[in-house]
Amino acid sequence: MDLALLLGDFTVRSVALGAGLVGLVAGALGSFAVLRRQSLLGDTLSHAALPGIALGFLISGTRALTPILLGALLSGALAALLVLLLTRATRLKDDAALGISLSLFFAVGTVLLTYAQRHAGAAQAGLDAFLFGQAAAVLPSDLTLIGGVGLVALLALALLWKEFKAVTFDPDFARSLGLPVLALEVALTVLIAVAVVIGLQLVGVILMVALVVAPAAAARQWTRRLEAMVVLAALFGAASGVAGALVSASVRGLATGPVIVLAATAFVAVSLLFAPGRGLLWGLAHAHARRRTLGSHRVLVDLLRLGQDHRDPAYASEQGMLDTYFGGRTGDVLRRLRRRGLVERVDHMPEEGAHWVLTPAGQAQARELLVPFGGRQERDA
Amino acid sequence: VTALLQGWLDTPSLTIVAIGALVGIAATLLGTFLVLRRESMLSDAISHSVLLGIVGAYLLTGALDTPWHLVGAALAGLGTVALTDLLVRSRRVKQDAAIGLVFPAMFAAAVLLINLYARDVHLDTDAVLLGEIAFAWLDVVQVGGLEVARSLLTMLAIAAINLAFVLLLYKELKLATFDPALAIALGLRPGLIGYALLGLVSVTAVGAFDAVGAILFVAFVIVPPAAAYLLTDRLGRMLAYGSGIAVASSVAGYLFARAYDVSVGGSMASATGVFLLLAVAFGPKHGLIARALRRRAPLPPPTPPVRATGGGRP
Repeated sequence: MDLALLLGDFTVRSVALGAGLVGLVAGALGSFAVLRRQSLLGDTLSHAALPGIALGFLISGTRALTPILLGALLSGALAALLVLLLTRATRLKDDAALGISLSLFFAVGTVLLTYAQRHAGAAQAGLDAFLFGQAAAVLPSDLTLIGGVGLVALLALALLWKEFKAVTFDPDFARSLGLPVLALEVALTVLIAVAVVIGLQLVGVILMVALVVAPAAAARQWTRRLEAMVVLAALFGAASGVAGALVSASVRGLATGPVIVLAATAFVAVSLLFAPGRGLLWGLAHAHARRRTLGSHRVLVDLLRLGQDHRDPAYASEQGMLDTYFGGRTGDVLRRLRRRGLVERVDHMPEEGAHWVLTPAGQAQARELLVPFGGRQERDA
Repeated sequence: VTALLQGWLDTPSLTIVAIGALVGIAATLLGTFLVLRRESMLSDAISHSVLLGIVGAYLLTGALDTPWHLVGAALAGLGTVALTDLLVRSRRVKQDAAIGLVFPAMFAAAVLLINLYARDVHLDTDAVLLGEIAFAWLDVVQVGGLEVARSLLTMLAIAAINLAFVLLLYKELKLATFDPALAIALGLRPGLIGYALLGLVSVTAVGAFDAVGAILFVAFVIVPPAAAYLLTDRLGRMLAYGSGIAVASSVAGYLFARAYDVSVGGSMASATGVFLLLAVAFGPKHGLIARALRRRAPLPPPTPPVRATGGGRP
C-alpha cells in the first residue's frame, strides 16, 4: 500500500500519531534510565505490568484502558519496590533482584491472565494484545488517554528538569544543595514507569524495554549534553514509533511492537557506526590514520639508525631488510614517504631489489622524532 | 514393573509435575552459577533471543522438533552474549543498556519472522511465552515399549546433561565463579567455562519453552538459587536446596493451578516466589528475622584493639 493512501486513512494516522508520542515520551525519559544505568529496570517495569493489566481488567470488568493502565502502573511500581527491598534488605545483588522481580511478577501475571480468560471472558477482550502490542486493538479514546498522560509526563520532566539533572549526574552534590534526592529518584522511576505503561498497548510488555533503551543509547552517541541527548532520543523514539505503526499497518498480520523495536534498533546501529567523533567507523578511521603515521615514523627512524650504524647518513637500506626490522611489508609506507620527499629510491643492481635512502629532509625529520626520547640516541657512542 | 511404570506415565498429573520438576532442576543447576556470577539478567536475555534460533532452524529445515532447534537456540543464545560483550567492549554502551538493546532486537526479529513466514505452523508466540505444560502429556513417543511424553524425555536428557556438566566441571566452575583471576593463573579458561554455561542455559531454555514458556523459565533459573543463596553459604548445599525448592514449587504450583484452573507454568513459577519470601524472612543466617535477632542480642565483649607493631608509621 502506498504511503499517501496509508496516511489518508484516519485510523492509521491516529495510531501513527499515538505511536510517535509513545516513542517521544519513552525516548526522553529513557535517557535518564540509560544514564543512571537502570536500563534493565525498564525491562522489569514492563514485564511486571502484566499482573496489573489483568487485575485492572478483572476489577473493572471491562476493557477500558484507564483501569488497565492504572493497574499496570501500580504493579510496575510494586515491582520496582521489590527490587529495592531485595537489594537493601538481603544479600542479593541487583541483577538477581531485577530478575526475580521481573519473572515473579510476570508469573503472577500469567496466572491472573489465564484466570481472567477462563472465568471473566477476557479472551474476547483481547488482553493478549498487551504481550506484543497491536495497533489494530487501539481505540481513538485510548489514544486520547495515551496522549494526555504522555504530555503530563513530559510536563513533569520539564518542570523538574534541573533537579533530575542534578540527581542523575551527581547525587551527592544534589544532596548538598538540599534537594530531596530519594523523592526525586522515586519520581524519576515513576515517570519512567509511566512512559513504559502508556506504550504497552502499542509495543507490548515484552518489548517495551527496547523503546526505553534504544533511542537513548542512539542519542548518546551524537552528543555529550543532556539537553541535546533528551531531545534527540525523543526524536528517534518518535520516528521509530511512527515508522513502526506505518509498516505494520501496511503489511497484514505484522505485530506493531516488533517493527517499532527494529526501527529503534536501526537508529542505534546507524548511530554506533556513524556518529561523528564517537562512531565506531570514525574510531576505525582514526586508528587507521594513527597506524599509518606510526608506521611511517618507525620506518624513518629505522632508516636513520641503519645509516648511523653504518656511519653513513646516506646509507642505502635494502627493502627486505627494512621489512624485517619493521615486522611487515614496508612498500606502501616507503612510497608514501617518497611522495613527501623524505626518502629516495636507489637501485644498485636490478637483481638486488629496491634500496632506500633518507633525503636530508627525511634525516631532519627522523632526528626530530627522536628528540622526545633523549635526542639522537647514538647507539655506537 | 513395566506396567506400573506405564501406569505412572499415563497419569497426566504425574507427567506434568515431573516435567516441571525437571525444568526446575535443570534451570537451578545452571542458575546457581549465574546468580553467583551476577549474570542473572543474561538468562532473561537468552530466554528471549533463543526464539530467533528456533525460528531460524525452522525456516532452514522446514520442520519443528529437529535437533537443529537446539543448535540454533544455542547459537542465538551465545550470539546474544557475544554481541552484548562486543557492545560493552566498544565502550559506547554500558552493560545494562547493551543487554537491553540486543535481546529485544533479536526477539522482535523472531516474532516478525513468525508473523511473515511461519504463521500457519505450530509456533505460536503466546505458547512460547507462556508454555503449554498442561497439554505436554498428550504428545508421546515410544521408548523401549513405553509411551513417554516427549517433553518429559527432552527435559530428562537436558537435566542429565546439566547435572553431568556441573558434576564433572565442579571445581572449574567454582573457581571460575569465585576467583576468575586464580582460575586463569592455574591455566583454566574461565571465559570458556562461562560460554559453556550460557550455551547450556540456551539449550535448557528451548527445552523449557514447551513446558513453562520463556519468561517463566527465567523464574526457575533465578529464584530457587536466590532463595538457596539466603539459606546457605556453601555451593554444594546451594545447588541442592535450590533443586529442592524447584521440585517443591512444581508440586505446589500444579496443585494450585488445578484448584483454580489457571496457567500451570505460571503457578509453578509463582510458587518459587513463595519459597523466596520464606527464605528472605526465615533464612537461618541471612534472613530478616535472624538478622533482627542478632541486632537485638547483646554485643560480644569488645576484643582489645590489635596494635600495629613495626608498621613503619611514626
